[in-house]
Amino acid sequence: MPVANKPMTKSTARDLFPGALEMMILQSLRRQPAHGYALVQHIQQRSNNLLQVEEGSLYPALQRLLKADLVKARWDVSSTNRRVRTYQITASGLRRLEQEISSFEQMFEGISLVLNPGKSTAT
Amino acid sequence: MNWLPDIFRRRKIYGDLAEEMRLHLEERTEQLMSEGMSRKEAEQTARRAFGNSTLLEERSRQVWQMPLVESLGSDLKLVFRRLRKSPGFAATVILTLAIGIGANTAVFSVLNSVLFKPLPYPDAEQLVALHLIAPGAAGLADFSNGLRLSPSMYFTFAEQNRTFQSLGVWIAGTGNVTGLAQPHEVHTASITDGVLQTLNVPPSLGRWLLSAEQNPHGPKAVMLSYGYWQRRFGGDPSVIGRSIEVDSQPRQIVGVMPQGFRLVNADFDLLVPLGFDRNKQTLAGFGFQGIARLKPGVPITQANADVTRMLPIWMDSWSNGPGIDSHSFYQQWRITPALRPLKEEVIGGVGNVLWLVMGTIGVVMLIACTNVANLLLVRADARRQELAVRAALGAGRARIAWELLLESLCLGLLGGLLGVGIAYAGLRMLAAIGPANLPRLGEISLDVRSLGFTIFLSVLSGLLFGSIPALRYARARTSAALRGTGRTASLSRERQHSRDLLVVAQVAMALVLLVSAMLMIRTFQALRHVEPGFFRPEHVQTMRTSIPASLVADPQQVTRIQNSIADKLAAIPGVTSVGFASSAPMERIEFLWNSIHFEGKSMGEVTPLRLFKNVSPDYFLTTGTRLVAGRELTWTDVYGQRPVAIISENLARESFGTPSAALGKRLQEFPDMPWYEVVGVVEDVRENGVQDKAPAMVYWPSMTYGIYGPHTFDAQRTVTFVLRSDRAGTEGLLSEMQQAVWSVNANLPLASLRTMQEIYSQSLARTSFTLVMLGIAGTMAFVLGIIGIYGVISYAVLQRTREIGIRLALGEQKGRLRWMFVRSALALTGIGVAIGLAASVGLMRLMKSLLFGVSPLDPFTYVSVMIVLAASAVLASYLPARRAAAVNPVEALRAE
Repeated sequence: MPVANKPMTKSTARDLFPGALEMMILQSLRRQPAHGYALVQHIQQRSNNLLQVEEGSLYPALQRLLKADLVKARWDVSSTNRRVRTYQITASGLRRLEQEISSFEQMFEGISLVLNPGKSTAT
Repeated sequence: MNWLPDIFRRRKIYGDLAEEMRLHLEERTEQLMSEGMSRKEAEQTARRAFGNSTLLEERSRQVWQMPLVESLGSDLKLVFRRLRKSPGFAATVILTLAIGIGANTAVFSVLNSVLFKPLPYPDAEQLVALHLIAPGAAGLADFSNGLRLSPSMYFTFAEQNRTFQSLGVWIAGTGNVTGLAQPHEVHTASITDGVLQTLNVPPSLGRWLLSAEQNPHGPKAVMLSYGYWQRRFGGDPSVIGRSIEVDSQPRQIVGVMPQGFRLVNADFDLLVPLGFDRNKQTLAGFGFQGIARLKPGVPITQANADVTRMLPIWMDSWSNGPGIDSHSFYQQWRITPALRPLKEEVIGGVGNVLWLVMGTIGVVMLIACTNVANLLLVRADARRQELAVRAALGAGRARIAWELLLESLCLGLLGGLLGVGIAYAGLRMLAAIGPANLPRLGEISLDVRSLGFTIFLSVLSGLLFGSIPALRYARARTSAALRGTGRTASLSRERQHSRDLLVVAQVAMALVLLVSAMLMIRTFQALRHVEPGFFRPEHVQTMRTSIPASLVADPQQVTRIQNSIADKLAAIPGVTSVGFASSAPMERIEFLWNSIHFEGKSMGEVTPLRLFKNVSPDYFLTTGTRLVAGRELTWTDVYGQRPVAIISENLARESFGTPSAALGKRLQEFPDMPWYEVVGVVEDVRENGVQDKAPAMVYWPSMTYGIYGPHTFDAQRTVTFVLRSDRAGTEGLLSEMQQAVWSVNANLPLASLRTMQEIYSQSLARTSFTLVMLGIAGTMAFVLGIIGIYGVISYAVLQRTREIGIRLALGEQKGRLRWMFVRSALALTGIGVAIGLAASVGLMRLMKSLLFGVSPLDPFTYVSVMIVLAASAVLASYLPARRAAAVNPVEALRAE
């Protein structure tokens, strides 16, 4: 049987919008370089476990960032003496993060305005 | 961009990724274990939290992949997997296409090499053939190729022209080479200064002939062809400067022309300077082919105008002797330049044939494509449900169409790949057979353009036969397809419809090809029935030999040598008669010709030109040319220098009404030459080939009065001997002939040893080549068309098995059932025949120039082809129809 072109996306209660995960990864890496597992831990902690992200879905996002040269990676040994692949944000990664954040804030504000018309005088 | 290193980097990236993900799971598991879980539990929890690791890894990898290419790759993988699953189908389709594409590629390569590619000379588009016509010269139509150039024309044109960079004249001939082992005859090309400059191909060794060597009293030089140099001198470079004897004249070898160099359309062994003596030239002597190189940017029309300007200068500068008003004589001829590109001269009339062959092979390809389309339709039909399910699950139409199309494109390209091999083999075979009068045979090859054509054809055919199922099934209505699997619908009219259309198209195309093949067969038959003017040519052996003036100067002596050769040959056991002539019939050796007038006939009109031949006693007896009146020449006539001649029947009838009335009449070539008495009239001989009507001929004795005075003689030095014998063509006879000739003079070479049957067949070569090609194409078309009909009816029977079962159960007559299927085949054939007839009537006009003795609308041809097609259609449909009638109703209804 021929396989459909796009792998089917698993439908969760609330999908993240495209690019959200990347943005969070970049933000985390801005603080300090980290490996995949640490990144997951960090994002889950910071979001108070509100974001139910599959741990593995981090990896396609990391590959996209790597491909776009927004992060770079190297094999390392962690403080707990484990072999880890540590990611580090690049200069262009930083620039992209700034752009993403500001466009995200705009979008978020727009959505909030529509969803909460009462508070429309916020600006 | 930088996708290439990406591919090499990928392996490492994928490795890193897998490792990283494994380590992630491991770390999580350890974390969970440290929180108190068992290992098993921890592993499961870690995996659940991680998600579908295979899918995630796949998606991570995809980041690095090129979506288009990689999806194409995976699609291709599927296509091949499907094809491997049905090897019978794949093999049938690929082989059909390979043969079709291979044949087309081969023919295209021939077309490309012969017609499209420029001639192998630098700036070949500047080259022209100096072609003249003389519509006012009566009788000139008997000669091939208009009026040739005379030496005086060459001098005038070379010196006075304003439009040519260079020009020269040449003539092909034969020569004897002696002093190198056995004496042998070689093909010579005698050229003037300007010929090599015009073609502008540098020698591969040594130098060109110099202008000084054109002086008849200057140094004697010769150039070799590459082939002759290899054959006779083993490619020895020290050959330059050596001397060989050509026609007993020592000549110094000054250069070797490169491999593959041909002089226009002539293969030669030696290039010899022509060396005209300027002081001896007259206006006449129109025997030379002229070639010229135009100045850059000069169009042919301008060159024509230039030649028109020079013709009066030529007529004023030279004469045909004192007291002859040649000026007004040639003005009546209305000599007109008709220069043409050299390529046209080389290709000749073969373009017509090649285009015809290309067209027919193309039609065969179309028929093959329709058969393949039919197969694909059946195949797609079998997948109908699968495709419908996928469509229902959301696969886009474009997606499904693309997949079907990709499959047919792959089939097309695979067929093309194999086709290139077939084309290559075909061309090798063609080169080996070397059909006569196919020009530029040595240049034929599979080049980039041919390969481009193959790819184009493969893709085009893939699209052509692939688009039909793709269009049909991509827009299939899902619900109907899912529902109808045959229980309710016996035969979907819509589905059968496209196959019916294909069959109609096939029948129409097959009819066109069969009609053209049939017309060629009729042409060939008509040609075989033409009386060529000789009898049982398979029993006539020919042989050419030449006695150069440098070997034997005296014409009488030449005649005596020829006479004794004839006697020796006649003494060979099994030889019944021997004669010789300046050329055998249809040998395509240039004729001499001039205007001839009969005594007592008015001189006012333009005297028509007649072809000449010099013949020996017993020549006509040997070739089997009937004497219509009078007698043949005798040796007494020859040695007694009696002015007697023989003329052809058509010339006798034209001039005197009946052949016998011509006997005793006298004719004359030049005013100051003796009158020749007509002593015999012979039947017309088709000298220029079976297809051309017999020219009016004058046959002189082999030794005649010379043109340079009343008491000089001229003997025909190069002659073709003819021997009538049952042993013609055997090795034994040939060696005995060799002995006979050498017993007279050991320095004489023997050439052109063949039977007259071979010469005769060669004159039919174009027709038989066309016939064979059209025959093959027609047969292929016919077989493919019949297979098409058979396939469609078989499939219809298969589809309607249930219906047939019901009909039979309800008491339908078997005969009526069979007739139902045969009738539907006949209906399709009928429509196809009607369309094909209409197309043929239009197309066959194009073939007119290739036909002989048969009209392009020959009723016999059309009716017989129609009958054959209809009968075959009945047969092809009767076989499956009989199967239908044999269906067991119980099984048919139970099946499914």
